[in-house]
Amino acid sequence: MAYPTDPSPKFQTYSHPEALVSTEWLAENLDPPGLVIIECDEDILLFETGHIPGAIKLDWHTELNDPITRDFLNGQALSELFSVKGISRTDTLVIYGDKSNWWATYAFWILKLFGHEDVRILDGGRAKWIEEERQISTAAPSRTKTDYPVVVRDDLELRAFKEDVFQHFGNPLIDVRSPEEYSGERTHMPNYPDEGALRGGHIPSAASVPWSKSVNEDQTFKSIDELKHLYIDQAGLGEASDVIAYCRIGERSSHTWFVLKYLLGIERVRNYDGSWTEWGSAVQVPIVKGTEPGSAPVWF
Amino acid sequence: MTTYPDSARELIEAFAEVPKSSRLELLLEYANALPPLPDRYSNHPELLERVEECQSPVFLFVEVLNGNAQIFLTAPLEAPTTRGFASLLQIALNGQPIDVVANFSDEFINELQLTELVSPLRIRGMHGMLARIKRQVAEKTK
Repeated sequence: MAYPTDPSPKFQTYSHPEALVSTEWLAENLDPPGLVIIECDEDILLFETGHIPGAIKLDWHTELNDPITRDFLNGQALSELFSVKGISRTDTLVIYGDKSNWWATYAFWILKLFGHEDVRILDGGRAKWIEEERQISTAAPSRTKTDYPVVVRDDLELRAFKEDVFQHFGNPLIDVRSPEEYSGERTHMPNYPDEGALRGGHIPSAASVPWSKSVNEDQTFKSIDELKHLYIDQAGLGEASDVIAYCRIGERSSHTWFVLKYLLGIERVRNYDGSWTEWGSAVQVPIVKGTEPGSAPVWF
Repeated sequence: MTTYPDSARELIEAFAEVPKSSRLELLLEYANALPPLPDRYSNHPELLERVEECQSPVFLFVEVLNGNAQIFLTAPLEAPTTRGFASLLQIALNGQPIDVVANFSDEFINELQLTELVSPLRIRGMHGMLARIKRQVAEKTK
């Protein structure tokens, strides 16, 4: 671990206390060598309106996605991107963003596919920092160019593809979308653009736990007891050690993926980023409509 | 070649003149310049139409006055990109004769050369705003 962790008592109750920092802690650790603060937002201009001093911008859509194939950037592209941004492989990365940290956890997840060791999420994200009227800067970040290595992305442990979901049937699936999307009343979030799924509903046997249930009003993560109640008891994860989460394009489910893996400590959690835009459009895949999970297909 | 009212043509030129790296800053300037709603709308949100295609809540209303379109748009401060799009459409179309608005080409959005910087997904919201402005103008001039 490259940099001291945040000793907040709340974090010590989670499986991976080192994966979170509080706004108080970050305010005291704004510019130490070896720590890089990264803002990752849904709105591409929000960073420019003011950001945490010293933070650099990372855009999920134009930088983390491949411009041609529906996939993420590869090791070569990440090496180029991070070298220009001045990030080293051994740096501690603290990520925060708008929308309850959706894109912060998405970036966290993608960086874990590349095995970047020390990545942390700012509990409460951008909204909490702003709400607390902490220091904001519009100064453009300037970091010295680095030489981030070319690392092969490993999708095996943390990412699920459609075929993996078939193999996974019989094990728990968590659908983190809104109840209307789960039941099939609509194919996209209320008030969001329709990204083109042809059918509405959910993957058979998936439990519905909207992502927002895991956060408090101030966007911080709920306590370990509340999270256990929500996922282990109510959603029936029980002793499960292998879970797949999905949503519409994989951003909200990266948030839940973080909760399940880093806060609850479930051994194997994968994010199915193809999510409903793939499943809801694929030919001959089974779908369940309505509020009941339905049973896992047996013929796969 | 598509013809635009001067207001729209000047916006296209403004974005074409700055280097690619400065176009987002320019969009932010327009976002900051979006005028607040007049009281008759800010006090009556139910009169405004929600633009469902936008990721952030955008509301708009069109009035027709002496054959010209008066366009009102609002978007939250936490969504500067959306505010920027709203501002550009407002500048391009506000006060224009209704037939100019009705025939206004969607190509305007591409000509701003923002798609590559902002991503096509985000640009889609701007098309949604324009389509709704045109529809309201058509409804109000029947």
